[in-house]
Amino acid sequence: MKPILEINNLHARVEEKIILKGLNLTIHAGEVHAIMGPNGSGKSTLASVLAGRPGYEATAGTVVYEGEDLLEMKPEDRARKGLFLAFQYPVEIPGVNGTYFLKAALNEVRKFKGLPELDALEFLELVKSRMKVLELDPGLLNRPVNEGFSGGEKKRNEIFQMAVLEPRLAVLDETDSGLDIDALRTVAEGVNKLRSKDNAQLVITHYQRLLEYIVPDYVHVLYDGRIIRSGGKELAYELEKRGYDWLIADAEKPGPVMAQR
Amino acid sequence: MNTTTSHAKEETQALGPQMAAFEAMEKATNGAAPSWLRCLRTSGIAYFADLGLPTATMEDWRQTNPEPLASFGFSSPSRPSNWSHGMIDGWTLPGMDASRLVLVDGWFMPELGRWPRHAGGVQIGSLEETIRSRPQWIERFLGRAARYETNALAAMNTAFLRDGVVVHVPAGVRLSAPVYILHLATTKGAVIQPRVLVVADANAQVEVVEDFVSLGSQPSWTNSVTEIFAAEGATVEHVKIQRENRHSLHTALVEARQRAQSRIVSHSISLGARLARNDINLRLEAPGCDSVLNGLYVAEGDQLVDHHTIADHASPHCASHEFYHGILTGRAKGVFNGRIYVRQGAQKTDAKQTNRNLLLSTEATVHTKPQLEIFADDVKCTHGATVGQLDDQALFYLRARGIGETAARRMLIQAFAADVLNRISREPLRNGLESLLNTFLENHPVVT
Repeated sequence: MKPILEINNLHARVEEKIILKGLNLTIHAGEVHAIMGPNGSGKSTLASVLAGRPGYEATAGTVVYEGEDLLEMKPEDRARKGLFLAFQYPVEIPGVNGTYFLKAALNEVRKFKGLPELDALEFLELVKSRMKVLELDPGLLNRPVNEGFSGGEKKRNEIFQMAVLEPRLAVLDETDSGLDIDALRTVAEGVNKLRSKDNAQLVITHYQRLLEYIVPDYVHVLYDGRIIRSGGKELAYELEKRGYDWLIADAEKPGPVMAQR
Repeated sequence: MNTTTSHAKEETQALGPQMAAFEAMEKATNGAAPSWLRCLRTSGIAYFADLGLPTATMEDWRQTNPEPLASFGFSSPSRPSNWSHGMIDGWTLPGMDASRLVLVDGWFMPELGRWPRHAGGVQIGSLEETIRSRPQWIERFLGRAARYETNALAAMNTAFLRDGVVVHVPAGVRLSAPVYILHLATTKGAVIQPRVLVVADANAQVEVVEDFVSLGSQPSWTNSVTEIFAAEGATVEHVKIQRENRHSLHTALVEARQRAQSRIVSHSISLGARLARNDINLRLEAPGCDSVLNGLYVAEGDQLVDHHTIADHASPHCASHEFYHGILTGRAKGVFNGRIYVRQGAQKTDAKQTNRNLLLSTEATVHTKPQLEIFADDVKCTHGATVGQLDDQALFYLRARGIGETAARRMLIQAFAADVLNRISREPLRNGLESLLNTFLENHPVVT
């Protein structure tokens, strides 16, 4: 089976600073991957490069998404082809109505899939059912996008958008940050409901906590722009217990140790 | 050689066409006009001759070069003999069907308008006709809000004051539908000078929409004056839409006088003309007035759009709130000069002013200048101005959801504009303006 995402030796920089230094990662349909790592290891840079955020430039390596060169695509085309980034810091957009925005986004995705646009009524039905899952106040959707939302509402709104857009590959960038335990559980439940054998999720997090609710098939540790260790979900528990230092020490040992891995 | 004499002679020569036209008009209307009106016009031409056309050295015109006005020449359009209903097709804004008055080149055209006979003494109709039928009443208002003594263009309009629209709402009457005035410019090279008078008696309520349009692409110069009187407790909402063609010049004065507890809401939507200069002055003359000045200007190419506003707080316990947004691209230039004048004794004044600008190209410019002159000590006055580009973060967020770059930019521009349009209280009008603006954005390269 062809993977959904195949990252090969990816190098990327933000302005003049090189952040990713040879990252490899392959994700197949039906899989949930978690990327963990200390602050500054390049986790959010990876999310931004995948989504095509301006200013994040891949300098070497390849990213193949659904058989196509992802790095060549505009951000909007990536989204239309089913790549979804749940933002670490969702942006407030004054004056752009939430319903209007989401309907425009959904119709772009549907247009790309060759599906007819939803009319207002069909859209409302869909939205209502998805809002319930995320326990979002329906009033929020009539407000400008994210404007005046609490931190938790913003994060839930991201997952709500994901539920409406039904992406092939969802990248969740620190979705747990700023959430209390109840909100975290709601968000995770929402994410889990969207899980299927046809799609995949890449969960980026600093803490193991989120992974108690969104259970990954694979856990990768990112450090200094490279994945220094990959394992099953038990790796997350080990990191929770032992921290990152033992891995980093390993990774920074020269020559032979690296070769053993 | 005496330089002063030479200078004066040059100026008189420059104003020659106006002077000659004034004399011709005086001859033609000799005896027909009441003496107070002849007096008003004569005073208008005298101030105009004295002030002369604006020049770039005048403080009020420092950012807006008025040279195109001087070089435009002067030709007063005659009453149109050819007209058809086809002229107004496609121009009337949606939701404005109840009461529609049409002026062609400044002349009131009853044949093209449609307005109900209002009960309760409401008078809506032509200025010329009202001067004939109610001379004593109208004498109390005409020329008494617009300070043409210091404004040459208002003086020029006053000198040629002949026709326009009168809206009079007697005490306690609230008009349910807006009065819509469509100003059509049709004649090449014409200097079109409509005069509009809005009088709301005590506790009356009225909404007036003035929509300035050119038929075709010929250049014309509209120089309009609108005078508004809001008596005790009256509410007047005035919406001015300017969408003339890109060859035209547009200068306009809206000046209002407010009595106690009255409320005036002014909206200025400026989209068209090569050079557009709006002066909007509200005079808060008695306690408890509430004034709102809202505006949206959009300019591209070589357009120049200038708003000079004054909130003149002459009395205590009054509030004025001003909110202007500008969207500029190409080599367009925007000018915003917002003056808040708090006179001695106008304690407890609450004045707020905001001007925000979006510059969508590297060559577009804006000059924004708040001007606070405060002579009372117990007041709250704030002002703020911003100039910026579209928010990159917001743009990326929209694109990351599948919305194309052009659509995303348009969405953000529309949101910026909607911030102003949403302040228009009546929904059909708000929607009408939104769709007008959206069509405008789609048809013009504002978003690229």
